[in-house]
Amino acid sequence: MIAVQYATLVLVAVAGTLVVLARDPRRQAVVTGVFGLALSILFFAFQAPDVALSALAVGTVAMPGMILLALAMIAREDEDG
Amino acid sequence: MSERTRLAVFLAGAVPLAALLTLALIGLPGSDLPLGDLAGTIAAHAVPERKGTNTVIDVAFDYRALDTLGEEFMVFVAAIGTAVLLRATRADDERSNVEERRELHGDDASELMRWAGGALAPVTVLVGLYVVSHGQLTPGGGFQGGVVLATAFLFVYLSGRRVASGRVNALSLTEAAEAAGAAGFALIGIGGLIFGAVLMENFVDLGSKGSVWSGGTIPLANVAVGIEVAGAFVVILTELLDQLVVGRGARR
Repeated sequence: MIAVQYATLVLVAVAGTLVVLARDPRRQAVVTGVFGLALSILFFAFQAPDVALSALAVGTVAMPGMILLALAMIAREDEDG
Repeated sequence: MSERTRLAVFLAGAVPLAALLTLALIGLPGSDLPLGDLAGTIAAHAVPERKGTNTVIDVAFDYRALDTLGEEFMVFVAAIGTAVLLRATRADDERSNVEERRELHGDDASELMRWAGGALAPVTVLVGLYVVSHGQLTPGGGFQGGVVLATAFLFVYLSGRRVASGRVNALSLTEAAEAAGAAGFALIGIGGLIFGAVLMENFVDLGSKGSVWSGGTIPLANVAVGIEVAGAFVVILTELLDQLVVGRGARR
């Protein structure tokens, strides 16, 4: 393994820990996006650019977006109810 | 359930799982080891046999295309499930409301969002089309490109521009695209049965290595999947956004 690969492993570990440490769900959704970005950099460093692209699209855009939408829906129902 | 029982239940599941995962991870071969037998065979034969230089796509859309067909239908069913569930919870009379609210949404976007969304959307469409159409040459393909195309829709939405314009109903258009993409891939698979010998056989002229028109059915299947995935993501996002818009309208 080369230094860049070690660095990305550490980056993913740190980002993953930050997702758990961010207790506010809205904040967590955004940090999840950062985690997804770190993960796609890791895949790229480990010579899997195809997987990196998937992780980038799903992990940094689609998933945080859907979490935010779901949170917005829950918040709205709470206000109504 | 008390806090202690919950902790006990959690630990009873988590500790063995962690142990098994650790065992599995220790058993993994290192990333700097030489390729395994199967990987070596594929790497040696895929490019001469199928002309597609991205062997990952050669495997996913040719040698193991049946798996990919299953994956594609998974996305298809997920989108339909979301649409059906969310529409069932919305009353029929709210339906017309949605159309109105969607048009009114344009006022909400800030000036910065308008510019950024408007500037990014066309670039994203271009990148998405590139990723879809060059899957057989470079990393990418229908799934990745499809999601990129769907994010272009998000940019348009965030910039507050009307997605549904004039007589064309954008949502039914994306639904049609989703279905057509899913059917397209299945038809390409059946085409192998008709023009070749087996399901998913590559029956189109393979072209020359390194050209956009290479790989036979591989780029065609990627385009079908790209349309399907983009449609599916837009359907899911639109349904969720509509759900929000309906609620906002009720509150005003």
